[in-house]
Amino acid sequence: MCNETPLLSVDDLRGPGVGPVSLTLAIGERVAIMGASGAGKSLFLRQLADLDPGEGSLALRGERREALAGPAWRRRVMLVPAQSGWWAPTVDIHVDPSEKAHAATLAHRLRLPDDILTREVRVLSTGERQRLALIRALTRSPDVLLLDEPTSGLDPDAMAAVENLLMEYSREGTGIVMVTHDAGQARRVANRSFVMEKGRLAPAWA
Amino acid sequence: MGVIALHPSDLAVASLLILGDALISLVFRLRFHRSLIVAAARMVVQLVAIGFVLRFVFAVGQTWLTLTLIVAMVLVAAREAAARPSRRLRRGGFIISLASVATPALLTCLFALLTAIRPHPLLSPQYAIPLAGIILGNVLNAASIAFSGVFDGVGANAAAIEARLMLGDSYRTAIADLSRDAIRRSMIPIVNQMSAAGVVTLPGIMTGQILAGLDPMEAVKYQILLMFLLAGGSCLASVAAVSLATARLTDPRGRLRLDRLADR
Repeated sequence: MCNETPLLSVDDLRGPGVGPVSLTLAIGERVAIMGASGAGKSLFLRQLADLDPGEGSLALRGERREALAGPAWRRRVMLVPAQSGWWAPTVDIHVDPSEKAHAATLAHRLRLPDDILTREVRVLSTGERQRLALIRALTRSPDVLLLDEPTSGLDPDAMAAVENLLMEYSREGTGIVMVTHDAGQARRVANRSFVMEKGRLAPAWA
Repeated sequence: MGVIALHPSDLAVASLLILGDALISLVFRLRFHRSLIVAAARMVVQLVAIGFVLRFVFAVGQTWLTLTLIVAMVLVAAREAAARPSRRLRRGGFIISLASVATPALLTCLFALLTAIRPHPLLSPQYAIPLAGIILGNVLNAASIAFSGVFDGVGANAAAIEARLMLGDSYRTAIADLSRDAIRRSMIPIVNQMSAAGVVTLPGIMTGQILAGLDPMEAVKYQILLMFLLAGGSCLASVAAVSLATARLTDPRGRLRLDRLADR
């Protein structure tokens, strides 16, 4: 019974430049979304995270979006954007104090230097920021991860480390919706792949 | 000590300074002569007009007339505070500005009239109007700096604010740094004014009173009272402006609604 309720249900979702889109994501499922720049992929992820006003219904484990406050929804359906934002000068302030050890373990897994959490954000490279933004999200244990080009700036080794980590989280039940320009990555990581065009989804490899 | 009355010819002589500035602008092609002369002309016309208005209002001495004039001043101040930031709200900007300017200014003004000055009648125009004027001027300044801090700052800090929202923080938490910064910045002018008063500058009101023949110590007491009032009013105004402006940039889902802002 419990297994039949989808992790995330998207029904007739519409917003500026997006939709209508309907989609269900099972527990632990990984979906890849490809498509040209400007097709609405990032806007779609923002709709899923309830960051932009839109219409249509969203539900998490059968619970409608309206039943949860905005922040509670976003804590469980968490977006990691292509360009991460930082609000404090050093990395560690962005991680919950009780999650420091967890974050350090994840940083090590993602081939980041050991002292990375104590560094200043402004000296980080694009690839370091990208992985740290992912770590920051993972330490908050969301039900669904929305990832916008999570490995676009990474070398093959770091990319493989990120993909392995995502597979591991997915095995533990985390649902993943990932925007990528890399068809190889979509084939490696995703259970299902879609192409977005003018805000609508169509199955890939059709 | 009597007042040395100024004759219009004295002012005409002083206006030679403006003409001198305009000449410098022309010679060095600084291109400010037009706006300078327009501003100077506006200043003269506006002040002469308000002089006549005040003379009339003082002579009539009716409370409703005093209140009408204060309401008009409040409306102009609210419009000005909303107009200064380089970005503006698509809707509701004037109402927010009016609330952030009018409430603190009127409360501060009333506070001064009830506690320190206590004129009879309470709303006698020669006290209420100049007091409302100087408080409004400062409150307007504080509110407009606060609006700039929010409306201009929110664009520059959108990524950081949304990063917190994406991680599940409330809008209040996500916007807190920006709010604090905007309030702090709008308090800087009054803090600087108080620090410099009497050392670097003789404040305008005090100078005016001394020139008009008042004993310097009496003028100083008024100036100290005014500084306290201005600091009180500015702080109320900037807190109100920041609270109302940030509230307009979110919705019941706790999102950051940059779509509600427009460039000028």
